[in-house]
Amino acid sequence: MNAANLTLAITAGLVIACGVYLITERSLSRILVGVVLASNGVNLLFLVASGPAGGAPIIGLTPADRMSDPLPQAMVLTAIVITLSVAAFVMTMAYRSFQLNGNDEVDDDVEDARIAALAEADRTSDSFEELGFSDTGEDVVSE
Amino acid sequence: MLTILISAHLVIAMAAAGLTRLIGHRAFLLVAVLPAATFGWLVAQAPVVLAGGAVSEVAAWIPALRVELSFRLGLVQWLLALVVTGIGAVVLWYCRWYFAGVASQPRVVGLLTAFCAAMIGLVTADDLILLYVFWEATTVFSYLLIGHDPTRRANRSAALTALIVTTTGGLAMLVGLIALGQAAGTNSLAAIVAAPPSGALVMLAAPLILAGALSKSALAPFHFWLPGAMAAPTPISAYLHAAAMVKAGVYLVAVFAPVLAGQPGWRPAVWTLGALTLFLGGWRALRQDDLKLLLAYGTVSQLGLLVLLVGTGTQAAALGGMAMLIAHALFKATAFLVVGIVDHGTGTRQLSELSGVGRSLPLTATVAGIAAASMAGLPPTLGFIAKEAGLEGITNLGLGHDGTGIAALPAWLLIGVVVAGSALTVAYSLRWWWGAFWTKPGAPATPISHRPEAGLLAGPVLLAAATLVGGFLGGPLTAVLQPYADTLPLGEPGHGLKLIPDPGAPLAASVVAIGLGVLLFVQRDRIARIQQTFPLVYGAADFYRASMAAIDRLAVEVTDRTQRGSLASYVGTILAVIAAGILLALASVQAWPAAYLADNAGQVVVGAVMMVAAVAVATSRGRLRAVLLLGVTGYCTAVLFLLHGAPDLALTQVLVETVSLLVFLLVLRKLPKYFTERPLQSSRWWRVVLAGGTGLAFTLVALLAFGSRVATPVSAAYPEVAKSFGYGNNIVNVVLVDTRAWDTIGEIAVLSIAATGVASLIFLRSRGAPVRRVTSPGNRRDRGWLQGSRSLPDAQRSLIFEVVTRLLFPVMILVSIYLLVAGHNLPGGGFAGGLVAGTALLIRYLAGGRAELDEAMPLPAGALLGTGLAAAVASAVAPLAVGGVIFQSFDVHLRIPGWDQLATPLGPLTILGDVHLVSSTVFDIGVYLVVVGMLLDLGRSLGGGIDAQAEEGLTPAPEPESTHAIPGGRSDR
Repeated sequence: MNAANLTLAITAGLVIACGVYLITERSLSRILVGVVLASNGVNLLFLVASGPAGGAPIIGLTPADRMSDPLPQAMVLTAIVITLSVAAFVMTMAYRSFQLNGNDEVDDDVEDARIAALAEADRTSDSFEELGFSDTGEDVVSE
Repeated sequence: MLTILISAHLVIAMAAAGLTRLIGHRAFLLVAVLPAATFGWLVAQAPVVLAGGAVSEVAAWIPALRVELSFRLGLVQWLLALVVTGIGAVVLWYCRWYFAGVASQPRVVGLLTAFCAAMIGLVTADDLILLYVFWEATTVFSYLLIGHDPTRRANRSAALTALIVTTTGGLAMLVGLIALGQAAGTNSLAAIVAAPPSGALVMLAAPLILAGALSKSALAPFHFWLPGAMAAPTPISAYLHAAAMVKAGVYLVAVFAPVLAGQPGWRPAVWTLGALTLFLGGWRALRQDDLKLLLAYGTVSQLGLLVLLVGTGTQAAALGGMAMLIAHALFKATAFLVVGIVDHGTGTRQLSELSGVGRSLPLTATVAGIAAASMAGLPPTLGFIAKEAGLEGITNLGLGHDGTGIAALPAWLLIGVVVAGSALTVAYSLRWWWGAFWTKPGAPATPISHRPEAGLLAGPVLLAAATLVGGFLGGPLTAVLQPYADTLPLGEPGHGLKLIPDPGAPLAASVVAIGLGVLLFVQRDRIARIQQTFPLVYGAADFYRASMAAIDRLAVEVTDRTQRGSLASYVGTILAVIAAGILLALASVQAWPAAYLADNAGQVVVGAVMMVAAVAVATSRGRLRAVLLLGVTGYCTAVLFLLHGAPDLALTQVLVETVSLLVFLLVLRKLPKYFTERPLQSSRWWRVVLAGGTGLAFTLVALLAFGSRVATPVSAAYPEVAKSFGYGNNIVNVVLVDTRAWDTIGEIAVLSIAATGVASLIFLRSRGAPVRRVTSPGNRRDRGWLQGSRSLPDAQRSLIFEVVTRLLFPVMILVSIYLLVAGHNLPGGGFAGGLVAGTALLIRYLAGGRAELDEAMPLPAGALLGTGLAAAVASAVAPLAVGGVIFQSFDVHLRIPGWDQLATPLGPLTILGDVHLVSSTVFDIGVYLVVVGMLLDLGRSLGGGIDAQAEEGLTPAPEPESTHAIPGGRSDR
C-alpha cells in the first residue's frame, strides 16, 4: 500500500481550516483572504494525493521512474492562475462596495427578508394570481 | 411522407412571423395550404387504410431506450388526422377574414401552424414516447394560444390553468405509457394493440393513461379549464377547444379501449365521469348568456358522451363513438365559427342582447341551424345518425349488459343519465340558435355593423354542408368505421348508421330526449328560475384554486425557512454538509494507509512556518497585515512545490504571489486599515468548530487518497507520450498546451472574463480608459528615464526607481520571452512568461504612473486578451485544415544556412543551431498574451483607474479610527 505525507496533509488541513474560518465572515475582503488561503491549502492536497516527492518531470533531466507526477502539477498550475484572477475580481468588488456603501460587508438579501415577512403574515407571494375567471357564467370572457 | 409533412408545418411555423410581416393577413391563406395538402395526401391513402392496411414510417431516435420516430396511419389515426387537417385548413382560411380588422397576427399564424403539426403528430405517432412528446407540444401551443393577450388577466389565468391541469394529467399519462411499454416489451402502439399485455403493470397503467385522457378532454373533475380557455380568440377556440386538441383524450381512449377497457376500474370510471360530465356540462350550458361559453359547456358535455362511448369498449358503442367524434368536430367547429361571425357583425355575444340577427344574416342563420340540429341530434344530419348509433351502444348495456358485466340497475341509471344529458343537449342547442338569431318579442333588431364576407362564410358553409350530406351517408360511413368496431372484443355489433332508424330502444331514447329537450327549451324561463335556487357548491375549480394558493403558501414558507439571505449561513451549511459527509464516510474505513512524516526536512520547516502564518492571517484584524501574511503562505506553498519536484509550479506560484500582493496593495491604499468587526461574536466558536471539522476532513481525505490508489495513474504514460506527440521535454507544459489543452482554453477564457469584470467594476461604462500617449514617434525631445512619469507630481517621483525600472524592463521582457519559448522543454511556458511580462508592466506603472503604463503598452488590454484567445483557438482548429484533429501538434526542424553555425578560426560556433519548432507554441503564445492582457487590465483598472477616481474625489475615504469609509462621491459616473 502507498504511504502518504503527513506533514503536507496536516499543513493543508490547517491552512484550509483557517481559510474556512475567514470565509464565513461578513467582510468581503476577509472572505477573499479566506478563499486564497484555502486555495493554497487545496493546492497542497494535490501534492499529497499525487504521491511522494521526486525529480522535476522534465525528460532528460530526471529518469521517468523518479519523476514526480506531472498531471496534478498541470492542474494546480491552472488553479493558481485562476485564483489570481478571482482574487483580483473579488478585491475589486470589495473596493466597489466601499465606494458605494463605505464598507464591504455582505448584507443579508433584501428580497429574502421580504419573503420572510410574507411568511410571517401568512400571505401568498407577490406573483401569485387568483384565478381570473369563474365558471358561473357571470364573468365576461371576451377577446 | 408524414414526417416531411409535419416538418414542413414546423418550418413554415417558424417562418410565419416573417411571412406575416411581408403579406399581412394573407399569410393565413398561405399556411392553410399545408393542412389542406396533408388532407389531400390522407385522402389519397384511403385505399390502403380502408383495405385494413396501414401506412408506416420509422426512423431511429433513441435506440438505447427503444424510442423511435415512428408514425403509423391505421384507421382511427387516419380518421383523426382527416379531422385535424380538414378543420385546420378551414379555420386558417377563416382567420384570414376574422383577423382582418386588427393588426397582423404573426404569433397566431405561427402558433396555429405549429399546433397543427403537433396535432397531426399526436394522432399518427406509433411510439408511445413520441406520442407523449406531441401530446405535451399541443398543450404548450394551446397555452400560448389561450394566452393570446398576456396583458389581460383572464387570458393569463385561463392559459395557466389549462397548462397546469393538462400537464398534470399528462405526467400521469407518461408514467402510464412507460408502464404499458414495459409490460408489453415494446413502445409501439400497434404492437401493443395487436398483442395486449396483462399483469400488474397494465393495471397500474390503465388509470394513469385514463387520467391523462380525461384531463385533456376536459372531463369532470378536470372540466373547468375548458370554459376558461374561451378567452382565446374564437377561431382558436373552434379549432383547439372544440375540434382538435380536446379530441386527443378521446383518441387516446379510443385506441387504448381494446387493450385497457377490461382493466379493473376503467369502465366504472369512464361511465361515471362520462355521464357526470355529460349531464353537468349540459346543465351549465343551459344557463350561459355568452354564446361562446354556452358552446364551451356544450363541448364539455359532448366530450363526456364521447369518452363514455369509446371507453365502454363494446362494438356498438365504439361505432357510435367514432361517428359522434366526426359529427361533433364538424358541427362544433361550425357553431364556433358562426359565433365568431355574429360577434364580428354585432359586437356582442350575449344572447340576451341579440335579436333579429337571423333576418339580417339569413345564410349564417341557416348554417347555424344545420349545426344546431346536428348538435341536438335531429334528422337528417350526421349528428342524428351518430347519436342513434351511440344510443344503441348505451341501450345495449341495459338490454343484457353487452358482455361488460354491468348490473341491471347501474345500466338503466346510465341510460337514464345519457337520455337526460341528450335532452339537455337538445335544449341548449335550441337555446343557442334561438339566442343568436331569433327575433325576441319586444326587443329591437340588433344592428349589423359588419356583414360577413364570402370568405368568412365559406368555412362554416362547407362544414355545415358536410354535416348535412353526412346524414345521408350512413351506409358508407358504417363501412369505414366497422373495422375499428370489430377490433373490440366485447358486445354485439351495432346495426350501423342509418337515417331511417329501426324501431327499438335507441329510437325510443332519441324520441324521449328530443321531446324532453324541446320541453326544457320551451320552459326555459322556469328552468332558469329553478337553476337559480341551486346553491353554489364547492367544485373542482374551487379545489384547483385552493391548491394553487396552498402551493404558493408552501413555497413562501419553505423559502422563508431555507433561504435566510445570509451568505455566511449558506456557505456554512454547504461546508458543514461536506465536512460531516466526509467524516461519516471516513468513519467506516477499515484499514488506513501508512503515513510517513515528510519527504525531507525542508517540508517540515516550511510547513510549520506556513501553519503559523495561516493562523496569523485568520486572527489578524488589519487588512495589510492579513495580506502580507497571506503572501507568506503563498511563498511557503511555492517552496513546498519546489521541494516536491515541481519547478513549474514553484515558478508560477512565486510570480502569482507577487502579482497578487501588488493587486491587493493597489486596492488596499483606499480601504480602511482594519477589517469590519462582526456585529455578533457569538457565532465565532461555531465557526471555529466548522473550520476545524472541514480541515480535519480534508487532511484525512488526503491521507487516504494516495493510499487507496489501485489503478495505474494516467500520467504513467506521459513521459513517453509527451515526447512522441507533444514534441516537448517539459511534461507539465506539454500537458497544458497539448494533452489537456481544453482545460487551458477554459482557463484563459476565465482569465479574460475576470479581467473584463475588474475593468468594468472600475470604469463602469467602458472596457477601460482610452490609451493616452504623452509622446508620439516624432515628438521625443526630452529623453528622460521614463517618459510618462513627468505627468506625476514631483513629490511622487523617485529617480532611483525610474532608473532601475528603465534598466530592468527590457531584461524582464527578454526573460519573459525566454520563458515562453523555452517552456516546452524547461520550466517556464506561457503562464510564467506572461506573468513576468505583466509584472514588468506593473513596475512601469508603479514607477511612472498611469501615463507611463500607456507608454509601456500603447494597446488596450482587450486587444491583447482578444488576440490571445484568437491565437489559442486558431492553433486548436488549424490542424483540421491539414487533416489532423483539434489540438494536434506538429513539429518542424529548421536549419537556416549561414545562421545555424558560424565558422570561426576556433571551430564552428553555434548561433541558432537546429531550431525545433512545435506548433503548440502558438497556443502558448495565446496563453502568454491573455496573461499579459489580464495584468495590463489589472494595472489600468486598479492602478490607473483608481488614480483617476482619486483625482476626481470618487474613491472611498477611510474614516479615521473607524472600520468604515465615506463612500466615493457620485456613485455612477
